[in-house]
Amino acid sequence: MARDVKPRRKALNTALAWAAGLLIFFPILWPILTSFKTEGDAIASPPVLLFFDWTLENYAVVQERSDYMRYLWNSVIIAGGSTLLGLLVAVPAAWSMAFVPSKRTKDILMWMLSTKMLPAVGVLYPIYLMFIQMGLLDTRIGLVIVLMLINLPIIVWMLYTYFREIPGEILEAARMDGAGLREEILYVLTPMALPGIASTVLLNVILAWNEAFWTLNLTAANAAPLTAFIASYSSPEGLFYAKLSAASTMAIAPILILGWFSQKQLVRGLTFGAVK
Amino acid sequence: MATQHSRSAARIMMAPAVILLLGWMLVPLTMTLWFSFRKYLPLRGGDLGWAGFDNFTRFVSSSTFWPAVQATLIIVVGVIVVTVVLGVLLAILLDQPMWGQGIVRILVIAPFFVMPTVSALVWKNMFMDPVNGLLANLWKAFGAQPVEWLSQAPLSSIVIIVSWEWLPFATLILLTAIQSLDSEQLEAAEMDGAPLLKRFWYVVLPHLSRAITVVILIQTIFLLSIFAEIFVTTQGAFGTRTLTYLIYQRVLESQNVGLGSAGGVYAIILANIVAIFLMRIVGKNLDA
Repeated sequence: MARDVKPRRKALNTALAWAAGLLIFFPILWPILTSFKTEGDAIASPPVLLFFDWTLENYAVVQERSDYMRYLWNSVIIAGGSTLLGLLVAVPAAWSMAFVPSKRTKDILMWMLSTKMLPAVGVLYPIYLMFIQMGLLDTRIGLVIVLMLINLPIIVWMLYTYFREIPGEILEAARMDGAGLREEILYVLTPMALPGIASTVLLNVILAWNEAFWTLNLTAANAAPLTAFIASYSSPEGLFYAKLSAASTMAIAPILILGWFSQKQLVRGLTFGAVK
Repeated sequence: MATQHSRSAARIMMAPAVILLLGWMLVPLTMTLWFSFRKYLPLRGGDLGWAGFDNFTRFVSSSTFWPAVQATLIIVVGVIVVTVVLGVLLAILLDQPMWGQGIVRILVIAPFFVMPTVSALVWKNMFMDPVNGLLANLWKAFGAQPVEWLSQAPLSSIVIIVSWEWLPFATLILLTAIQSLDSEQLEAAEMDGAPLLKRFWYVVLPHLSRAITVVILIQTIFLLSIFAEIFVTTQGAFGTRTLTYLIYQRVLESQNVGLGSAGGVYAIILANIVAIFLMRIVGKNLDA
């Protein structure tokens, strides 16, 4: 039911909310704007907001000097690979827990969740050591495996909550109509589960893309993704605001866009269904 | 009705996930536990034998331990207070009728998608830099002396950065919870003449209590292990060395694996205490 509100109150709400929104967004907007400035304009005092000579030079310089594309590619492989691998393992598991629940299903789910609470730093050295011994240090495949494992509980949980919403009667109806297991999965379940799977993929790509403990500690030159690329800008000699801004903008732009599509699923994924 | 056949199929389908997570949990944990009882210095002689509880007592009695506990507590509590208070206010504001609600929502949520290294770097250089930072410019515009944020107010600076990163999460969850509040209940309270503050205190806040608890618990778990923000800004200097960062330094920088592992065991125990409470809430919801 839509409440009737006085236009004045609505205008006040609008003004307040937009002010808050822009304030919160400003630390993202500012580097985006600065990335189009010359280095001189970038540190101008007082700062210039919009009226400067717009240039794309910084983007060219960042790509040329630090080979942005390589880090981007590493991020894509690591985020995409870990999500796909996780999906491969999690879909059957979530599927069976949602449709053939047993007495222990709940315990297994809770236990999976508990592995997510393990502080990474507590197992840093064992993982580091294993990576050295298996030759996985600074490789993309190593990070794909680690990120798959740390996000697996979230993938299973999200899929489980989505699968559980598919009504079992539909399956029975399909069976009555003579559908075999294969048809059932292919033509009945998959289309119904696709939106849930898509949201799960989206959220996990975002989480893996932004993961900044393992990616910083287990990579050096070869497999470093964008998180590590940006951290390398924190050394003092690299302090050029416009270039730093261009690098930052390029690192966050892809995921910012993806993220905006996933905002509804965010709550479900990050609270393990505790808030809907 | 699940048949015997479908049950064993279900078990097979679940096996890979269970085995992988079991391995991921047990193997490194066992190793950390093992190392924590060893005198283990990879660069200075390797594994030098049994150490008993030495590492555990040395970790807590070292002069770096209590400052680290303090820094951790200040950051975790500070960020939670800031994000929950602002999150509740923002959620209420965003729930009101307005123009362009969708766009405002997007603006508010955006920081959550920024990778921690980028937010730390941008805040450190473009906002908190005492010479060229935007805040320094703002201070100068009012004729004030610019603050050297990361050295003069290091913990507050970290709290500001991390709060900015987590405010969207708190807001989004609280907004979701607020939207499920029955508006008739509020209207009834309004008609009974309950003033705004009372309506907030007796109707809105109780309704939000569960969501607030979830926010606090989940954030605690993530905030206990923040790393990139400190790695990029202060590297643990100026009293910003949290427990996580301290353990990281022991293990990878000074390569004292025994000592670091003992710290790791403490961190795991601490996280588990928080986790138990969170799991209880999640578990209750699973039954419903």
